[in-house]
Amino acid sequence: MNHIFDLLQFVVYITCLVVLAPPIGSYLAKVFSGEKNILSPVFSKAENGIYRFLRIDSLKEMDWKEYTFALLAFNLMGAILLVVLQLTQQYLPLNPQHLPNVDLFLAINTAVSFITNTNWQAYSGETTVSYLVQMTGLTVQNFLSAATGIAVMIALIRGIAVRKGNSLGNFWVDLTRVTLYLLIPASVILAILLISQGVIQNFLPYANVTTVEGLKQTIPLGPAASQVAIKQLGTNGGGFFNANSAFPFENPTPFSNFLQMLSILLIPASLVFTYGKMLGSKRHAWTIFGVMMFLFLTGLAVSYFSEISGNPIFHTNNIMEGKEARFGIFNSVLWTVATTSASNGSINAWISSLTPLTGLVAMLNIQLGEIIFGGVGSGIYGMLHFILLTVFIAGLMVGRTPEYFGKKIEAYEIKWSILSILLPSVVILFFSALALSVQAGLSGILNKGPHGFSEIIYAFSSGAGNNGSAFAGLNANTSFYNILIAIAMIFGRYGVIIPTLAIAGSLVKKNITPVSAGTFATDNVLFAFLLTSIILIVGALTFFPILSIGPFLEHLLMNLGITF
Amino acid sequence: MNAKESIKNSVKILLFFTLLTGLIYPVIISGIGQMLFSIKANGSMLTKNDQIVGSRLIGQKFTSKRYFWPRPSAIDYNPMPSGGSNLALTSKVLVQQYNDNKAAFIKDNLLKDTASVPSDVLFASASGVDPDISKEAAVLQVKRICEARKFNAEKKQVLLNLIDKQTEKRQLGFLGEEVVNVLVLNIKLDEISK
Repeated sequence: MNHIFDLLQFVVYITCLVVLAPPIGSYLAKVFSGEKNILSPVFSKAENGIYRFLRIDSLKEMDWKEYTFALLAFNLMGAILLVVLQLTQQYLPLNPQHLPNVDLFLAINTAVSFITNTNWQAYSGETTVSYLVQMTGLTVQNFLSAATGIAVMIALIRGIAVRKGNSLGNFWVDLTRVTLYLLIPASVILAILLISQGVIQNFLPYANVTTVEGLKQTIPLGPAASQVAIKQLGTNGGGFFNANSAFPFENPTPFSNFLQMLSILLIPASLVFTYGKMLGSKRHAWTIFGVMMFLFLTGLAVSYFSEISGNPIFHTNNIMEGKEARFGIFNSVLWTVATTSASNGSINAWISSLTPLTGLVAMLNIQLGEIIFGGVGSGIYGMLHFILLTVFIAGLMVGRTPEYFGKKIEAYEIKWSILSILLPSVVILFFSALALSVQAGLSGILNKGPHGFSEIIYAFSSGAGNNGSAFAGLNANTSFYNILIAIAMIFGRYGVIIPTLAIAGSLVKKNITPVSAGTFATDNVLFAFLLTSIILIVGALTFFPILSIGPFLEHLLMNLGITF
Repeated sequence: MNAKESIKNSVKILLFFTLLTGLIYPVIISGIGQMLFSIKANGSMLTKNDQIVGSRLIGQKFTSKRYFWPRPSAIDYNPMPSGGSNLALTSKVLVQQYNDNKAAFIKDNLLKDTASVPSDVLFASASGVDPDISKEAAVLQVKRICEARKFNAEKKQVLLNLIDKQTEKRQLGFLGEEVVNVLVLNIKLDEISK
């Protein structure tokens, strides 16, 4: 254990994030506004070509209902295609292992999981899906679900910035621009860097080798790098292999690990600055960024110190269960906190075998709605609901009509915001209670004691939070869990997207009131403090009881040396 | 609102991006990967006497006393599928495994009962095929291997030097942990035994 190196890796990681996010954010602001940018010479002709070729009217303006309908229709088509691909994979090409068709409920669960940017995996990639499904199904939705999330954010920004308008923009244009100018180029660069480190990219059948000692070993192969790149950049997280980014073919070296960890938070962090720039307030962006960074560092500190402080059961402060030797404690913890802050379901160490407090931080990060940087796009629009709530409560305290960027925040907006915050919470609590009270739910548990309780809570938090990671001891590939978690993922995704677009649709119609002495500032330390308090009070209070009897209780018992 | 048009556009855009990001993108990445890093893109396979014996990146099972042993694996080094134990730190099963691993490591490697054993060889890895162990864990196995291979003091020193040489430093000087690749080490071990 060398804490100096942990500190060094930490400083370099945070520095990269803080230095890279603002310029990328500015670039994206230009892209989303359709302004000339550094890549327009390459892509602007292609972009227009796509609209012409597909006969899509790129100038059509959509109101919030049209925008929402287009989004839902598009996601539904994506889900149908993905189900069909899984149900027919044995008749389709690029299936060198001759994997059979996927079971219906599992196929539905996986399709919902990937269109909602969750990437919950009840299946194991290497033994369940063909290369064709990985590429044309899962990789495609890794791109498109990420683009969907960012499109919602762009529509929201228009809702806030436009005065007395009606249109939120054009969903097809937003989707195309995000994919073309951001996700594809970034994925190409990352994928090549990953291959240089040893991530595989081929179409070979699995290798059956005879080992040095003469044993047989089957080594799964496939086009992994192209999928791993977008899985991280799009805050997706679905592994090409079951062990995800712990599997050496997905994440072979400490440098590939660093690149992936950076990719997990880079776009969500950059989008904070895109948001600020498009709304004309860099200070507001830094305020939000500050709140996110504060919550992130707090979670990281709790997790890291709980991992290295040892425990009376194993008499070591270097617990390596479920971790890879090349990454060690620090990289496993940083990864876990980063992925659960964002809505990225990838792992490089099994969360179930980390300390109970690290598990608690991971769960709470997800339950807060993944607004600590958060999913691409969804981090910002998730945070908006807390911002509106903060502005509203602050307005009530001083007795003025609350405003946000000159737009009056009224009962309509607050109702939708409350709904979007409450709905995922209700789903988590209700579905967990259901699973804990029936045999079909309880029979999936692996670990005894409070940890078993945590496995179920985590599963529904991950589903409704669209995260995708797991306390993976839970056997979730049963009809019961496949259906219930699929429903949780749908509520968690569209239960936030629809309110967001409804709010955007209402705000866009409003006039912009000029700033006056009575305007409540949203770009200073006081606001950051209030926002943090609202996030913690609303988030933590809802989940305090279940976190107490799950991970926190386990933490106390572990320190007493009690095992189950 | 024109629902029909939205659905039509959905299908068109979906099929277009399926082609672009689902086929063209991975095929181009494969092309570049095969061109620039073909060995890595194809799984970093290792050969011994012209036979492929595994991948540098995928750990394999060693049980003979003549070889270095890798970390415990929840899947017995059969990555179909890969994975870890997912046992909680409060699990009696995990405590039992830990104690068994420790006793076995000390006994098999002819160490003192009080020897301190690095935790990477006491706990199962995340992938189930972790290719690496700590340098410390490699050094602790030297006595057993020398006995099994009837190495003299001089040969033993050669082996210790080999471990030194095979230890991978932190990448770029600060990333990750120092480790030794077990399969590579064992192939080299057979070479120095000739």
